[in-house]
Amino acid sequence: MSAVVAVPRRLQFAIDKLGVLIAAIATVASFLPFAAFRANRIVLGESKSIFAALPAWEATLLVLALFAAIAIALFRTPTLWRLWTSLVVLAILFIAVGHAASFLTPEGDRIARVSPGAGFWLLIFAFALLAADAIARLKLRPWTRIGALVGVAIFFAVLLGSGTLNDLSILREYFNRGDTFWREAQTHLALALGSLAAATVAGIPIGILCHRSDALRAPVLNVLNAIQTVPSIALFGLLIAPLAWVAANIPSASALGISGIGAAPAMVALFAYSLLPVVANTVVGLDNVPPAANDAAKGMGMTDRQRLLTVEFPLAFPVILTGIRIVLVQNIGLATIAALIGGGGFGVFVFQGVGQTAMDLVLLGAVPTVALAFAAAVVLDSIVEMVSPKDMRRD
Amino acid sequence: MSIGLIIRLVVLALLVAFIVTPESFAFVFQPLTRNGQPAIYTQNSLLNLTLSHLTIVAIATIAATLVAVGLAILVTRPFGAEFLPLSRSIANIGQTFPPVAVLALAVPVLGFGTAPTLVALFLYGLLPIFENALTGLTTLPPTVTEAARGVGMTDRQRLLDVELPLATPVILAGIRLSVVISVATATIGSTVAASTLGEVIIAGLLSNNLAFVAQGGLVVGVMAVLIYDALSALERILMARTGQRREIS
Repeated sequence: MSAVVAVPRRLQFAIDKLGVLIAAIATVASFLPFAAFRANRIVLGESKSIFAALPAWEATLLVLALFAAIAIALFRTPTLWRLWTSLVVLAILFIAVGHAASFLTPEGDRIARVSPGAGFWLLIFAFALLAADAIARLKLRPWTRIGALVGVAIFFAVLLGSGTLNDLSILREYFNRGDTFWREAQTHLALALGSLAAATVAGIPIGILCHRSDALRAPVLNVLNAIQTVPSIALFGLLIAPLAWVAANIPSASALGISGIGAAPAMVALFAYSLLPVVANTVVGLDNVPPAANDAAKGMGMTDRQRLLTVEFPLAFPVILTGIRIVLVQNIGLATIAALIGGGGFGVFVFQGVGQTAMDLVLLGAVPTVALAFAAAVVLDSIVEMVSPKDMRRD
Repeated sequence: MSIGLIIRLVVLALLVAFIVTPESFAFVFQPLTRNGQPAIYTQNSLLNLTLSHLTIVAIATIAATLVAVGLAILVTRPFGAEFLPLSRSIANIGQTFPPVAVLALAVPVLGFGTAPTLVALFLYGLLPIFENALTGLTTLPPTVTEAARGVGMTDRQRLLDVELPLATPVILAGIRLSVVISVATATIGSTVAASTLGEVIIAGLLSNNLAFVAQGGLVVGVMAVLIYDALSALERILMARTGQRREIS
């Protein structure tokens, strides 16, 4: 009996290597400034430690929570504990930084800015690592992953709705330009999704053609590859001249909203970038259809068209969907650059912020972009896993 | 010499000629200007901008390669095995971050200039190289690693003489991806005052001069395609030399 008890006891106090790393980062981060206070938007900030940024009792609670979480990370604890610990600590950190902003802002002051400090970001990073590690080890099912994403989204919706974060500088920037924000959000989504839809409609037939004709395959894929290699801003720029010409010389074009600068070149460029992943994955997906399935379909007397629609396409679908996932994540990021040619989108805030050295404004553009790309990746990865046959799934 | 090679050499020669003496190509860009705007960007020499652009990309890529391959070796050894699942998901999640966001977020920490661009290129460049190095080191044919162990090679010998050489083509594919992204992100770096070819495009966009936009875009675009092409060729040679025929994404 005693031997059986001794083994788990020794395991319980075993140190986790990743835990050491997380504990080190979190400990260092606790001594770095938790928030930065600025008397107005442009001046340099004063750093505030956890105890200077929060009322004493809240700061004490936060530090105790961090201690407990670091201990759980440091020792080999059950994976589910680690996941919940990291999620709870992350939630506490977001609430605490909102409270810090309210605590540091003088009553009624609309000019002072409080932004999260390096310590806050490092703590978020440390516990996001812990969460990511736990999630990777748990190998969650697709629906659980989507559910978790919805849960996180609801948490932030409630947090933002409750006004806890209202005194943070990024939300101050948001309140200054609420209407613009949602308009740019719409433009951003329209650019990313519109070009994706167009590329899917055009790309899948091109892919089918390339799969069936060897003469077409290499040239088409090489050209699409070359387009993908051209840096986005260069491609946007190179499209301005031809589109300006179209707008000036074809009467109905400018009525349709086509012009040299603005959304039109951005849309065309994003479409061009999206073609390669869609076409290439369609070709690979169709190539991977087992010959036996095709032979069986032929033997049953299916026509070419029936075989394509009922056998080849369904079998190739997961691979095509992977191509669409790549395009969506890539386009959400690339649409940011459309702002440089007057195409709108979240990039407007990023580049305005860079121009005015206003970090908060940069964040107002960058945070939604990153969140959208991340959410798109989680959702589409889950869907790809759901539609893949069992033996094709990763691990 | 094949036709493909001749075309590439001609394009390269044209690119170099344009970068060295842009004025002699002024007639090409003249039709794009309006109201007597200059046809060629002269505030900064195109040669200097190109060299600085390439230097930034080279430094960032070399640093990213060293760190990424080092980390990949670490997490594929027994000592670092605990970090393997996490590093896979970091490489995966990290690539959903748009490079522009990484660049813009580096500015507040490092100020304007070349430094934030360099750091953003380095950080973002790590991910594809790391991911491919992981793939390369974890998908070696078991028969080969078993044979290496069987002939009595030490861990170190196995890594240096067997695993790394076999993984090199896959790692190189990651480097190629990383270089292409770096060339593009460095172009945007000029919005945070790094001296790169993006400067020409941005100047054109600000002054509404299509000639500047077109020449900047062409130089960056052609350069990116040629670099990509050269690295793909290098990969094929290495693949042939190690006798592998693996699909590279």
